[in-house]
Amino acid sequence: MRSLEDRKIVILGIFIIIGVTYLIRLFYLQVIDETYKLSAKNQALRYVVQYAPRGLIYDRNNQLLVYNEAAYDIMVIPRQVKNIDTLGFCNLLGIEKAGFDLKMEEAKSFSTYKASVFEKQIPSSQFASISEKLYQYSGFYIQKRTLRKYPKPIASHVLGYVSEVSPTNITKDKYYRKGDYIGISGLEKEYEKELRGKRGRKVLLVDVHNRQKGSYKNGNYDSLAVEGDNLYCTIDRDLQEYGEQLMRNKRGSIVAIEPATGQILALISSPSYDPNLLVGRDRSDNYNNLVANDTLNPLFNRAINAQYRPGSIFKLVESLIGLQTGIITTDTRIKCNRGIINCHGSHSNDNLVEAIQHSCNPYFYQVYKKIIQQGKSNSIFKDSEIGLKQWHEMVTKFGFGQKLKSDIPGIGSGLVPDVNFYNKWYGEGRWAFSTIYSNSIGEGELGVVPIQMANLAATIANKGYYYTPHLIKSISDSGRIREEFVTKNLTGIDSKYFDPVISAMSAVVNQDGGTARRARLDSIEVCGKTGTVQNKDRPDHSVFICFAPRENPKIAIAAYVEYSDFGGLWSAPISALMIEKYLTGEVTNKAKEQRILDASFLTIYEEK
Amino acid sequence: MRKNNTIRKNIDWFTILLFGILVFMGWLNIFAANYNEENASLFDFTQNYGKQAIFIITSLLLIFIVLVLDAQIFSSFAYPIYISGLILLIGVLIFGHEIKGAKSWFVFGGFSFQPSEFAKFGTALALTKYLNDLSKTAQQFKVRFTSILILLLPAGLIMLQPDTGSVLVYVAFIFVLYREGLSGNVLLLGISAAVFFILALLVKSTSIAIPFGLLLEGKIVLLLSVLTILGVIYLLFNSKKRKLLFPLLAIFVVISVYVFSVDYVFDNVLSSHQQDRINELLGITFDPKGAGYNVNQSKIAIGSGGFLGKGFLEGTQTKFNFVPEQSTDFIFCTVGEEWGFLGSFVLITLFVTLFFRLIFLAERQRSNFSRIYLYCVSSILFFHFAINIGMTIGLAPVIGIPLPFFSYGGSSLWSFTLLLFVGLRLDAERKHVLR
Repeated sequence: MRSLEDRKIVILGIFIIIGVTYLIRLFYLQVIDETYKLSAKNQALRYVVQYAPRGLIYDRNNQLLVYNEAAYDIMVIPRQVKNIDTLGFCNLLGIEKAGFDLKMEEAKSFSTYKASVFEKQIPSSQFASISEKLYQYSGFYIQKRTLRKYPKPIASHVLGYVSEVSPTNITKDKYYRKGDYIGISGLEKEYEKELRGKRGRKVLLVDVHNRQKGSYKNGNYDSLAVEGDNLYCTIDRDLQEYGEQLMRNKRGSIVAIEPATGQILALISSPSYDPNLLVGRDRSDNYNNLVANDTLNPLFNRAINAQYRPGSIFKLVESLIGLQTGIITTDTRIKCNRGIINCHGSHSNDNLVEAIQHSCNPYFYQVYKKIIQQGKSNSIFKDSEIGLKQWHEMVTKFGFGQKLKSDIPGIGSGLVPDVNFYNKWYGEGRWAFSTIYSNSIGEGELGVVPIQMANLAATIANKGYYYTPHLIKSISDSGRIREEFVTKNLTGIDSKYFDPVISAMSAVVNQDGGTARRARLDSIEVCGKTGTVQNKDRPDHSVFICFAPRENPKIAIAAYVEYSDFGGLWSAPISALMIEKYLTGEVTNKAKEQRILDASFLTIYEEK
Repeated sequence: MRKNNTIRKNIDWFTILLFGILVFMGWLNIFAANYNEENASLFDFTQNYGKQAIFIITSLLLIFIVLVLDAQIFSSFAYPIYISGLILLIGVLIFGHEIKGAKSWFVFGGFSFQPSEFAKFGTALALTKYLNDLSKTAQQFKVRFTSILILLLPAGLIMLQPDTGSVLVYVAFIFVLYREGLSGNVLLLGISAAVFFILALLVKSTSIAIPFGLLLEGKIVLLLSVLTILGVIYLLFNSKKRKLLFPLLAIFVVISVYVFSVDYVFDNVLSSHQQDRINELLGITFDPKGAGYNVNQSKIAIGSGGFLGKGFLEGTQTKFNFVPEQSTDFIFCTVGEEWGFLGSFVLITLFVTLFFRLIFLAERQRSNFSRIYLYCVSSILFFHFAINIGMTIGLAPVIGIPLPFFSYGGSSLWSFTLLLFVGLRLDAERKHVLR
């Protein structure tokens, strides 16, 4: 047997084996395996999103259209919810136990250690009592958010609304995370990038009881939220509000533009809705109500997207094309023979100005015939194709038949039929002027949206050019504005040809026998043109475009009232009220105003 | 003053240096584990680190007393010290304060005292004295029996508290007995028993499908494997077939009985939380929120430290109470988290160096008493170290025993200091032979 002293070798060996084993294990835990580092971060760090307040929107006179109000989301981190008094919690929030379970399940299915929204948008009024007691419920905390708020319930179609991002939004744009807000329509959508600002992040340390223990690494990993840019809108808040009042109980729209700049002063689509409805916890209920239970479809923005036949206002365009191409002169007189196409009023052999003033249909039938059939080909069909091609080109230059490159999402293009259109419709060589003559008086296949009509009024006021109608005159205080809004769009019509047309438009309003006597104002010379778009079995659409004053025009308007009778009756006086309101700030003819406010066509809309 | 000079010359300053470093590092880590930015006074006596500072200062006093005492006293008073330890253990069962279901503490005002810590020192002295007086090896049956009785008395009393962790520490004395002549087979038997215990538990709930739609229980498979191995041994030693047959069969029978009784012992003797902890350790169950919570949190803290650690006072897992008992049993987590693998490496190296040094000191003694006692010291410290760190990294079951010199606590610090410095005092007398 060996000496007992040698046994120390065995003992020392055991010491060494344990020591080395532990070191290997520690090397594995600390250096090789990364999962523990991740777990540690998940437990001890809480990433709190610092939501950036969206930019505010002001009107052209720096009056607020949209601002933000604080609201509070209750967040939950499911794995930290331990031993809470569920019933007490439900009572605190005013929810049912079943709802609690459902929400917890939802949150868990998203992530057990990441925060999800448990209860959205608690208003400030309830916030105080909840936040006082929330500490008793581990795993829950409060996240401050902001909600849109509208000082006046107007301009909902212009401003649009925001909503929580959808999964599609998140996949499309990496910026967005679950729970973020995004502009869905109107300016909120168009200027989303400017308005949203930049989300910040705070990294906080929390202890095992989920109590905050200060910032992580002295806030070195924090990023501040950057507020969204404010927008300065071209809308005149008072004019917009007034227009919406005038259009109450009517279906249609008013678009007002400042001709010299293309700035939209008012964009009214009726019926409208209170933008405050689409904010906060009741948003989806209200939304569904507006969509499902309102046959008048208040969410539809008629001012930019409802396509109508333009009616007689289109005679202005025909006149200008006729003059520019030399087919007619101001002195050209045409007999009002009411054979192929009917007319109204007593006139027989008008010149151009008179024809516009009387809205003589046969006159423009003949003008359009000369534009289409120029005798450049022996084939009547070929000849019509050549004529239509030229006409289409010239009409398009007025902004018709195309989406105006404005800053209003969802703008419609309208329709100006071209050669292809009719070739598809009737077949090549199977149509000629006689097939398409309705276009001459703004009927037929023509389609325009109200903003294009207003743009026509502005173009005539400018005598030949327009700036694309737009809603934003400055992003933040920088004065920054999109390039295309300060670029002149030329119509290709010489400005001298506008003078007779403008004279005629003045006569329409200001001379006895004009169709728009109701648009007359004592102190301001209004120039306008009525339109009456015929409907079968129901009253006609009432159309009016105008601008004022005649010299150095400040406002151009298109008003469209569906199924209300002829243009002079409703759209003309509405436009006049708008003009007076905008230019003088005060409406003098209260009786005229009251007549409009009292008018309702709802029963007609309901008939269908 | 001649005597004091001798001590200063002969005392092992290297061990004292290791002791000093460990105590200081321990205090730093206790400070870090309880650190609070709003209340960062170094000597706040309401905080653990403040109290530990007092314990450290008082243990310096204890060291002074131990060093000025005559070394002979420890030999002469070995049994009285041991018996007073036993009396304290009985006393605590009657007058003790119950904390977390165990009557382990005497509480006097703000301070409390744990007699089981002190009892280890007494037991070490008594065992040393007994083995030395006999001047015989631990091979004889009577010696073995009496030795084990010396260990069982305090262990049994501690078991009544109950404090399983402190009881298990008495296993450490097997190293001492082995060095003093206990058959190596006993050590081997102990290790085999542990291995089969673990194997039996691991195969407990498994079974293997065999043809004819039958299932073989895990235990049967285990025993069949053992039988095969024994069969191979039998065939390899072909020439001694006769001699081998009976012992091999006996081994097989013993193993079979043992394996089948493991289940019974496990289910009926161990308490349910002990069962859970063992199941968790062996990976039979995985329940990071229940039984496995402590170890899981401990591994997260240590694992998140990385190679260099998060830096002093930067540990989030320990500071913010994710790790339970972070000043006492799980103090190593703070080292792992804040000082990383580098810190862990230094700490483990320091401890292993200390154990080696103590064995070296033991083997240079002319006196058997000193040698045996130093082996006791080394074994006890090693056992604490192995279990404590092992449990924090998931290699040992969760047994609540402190890391020597490191963990927060007056009783343990004083007891370990006493244990160590009595050894150093004896070593300083190595030129004289003590009786």
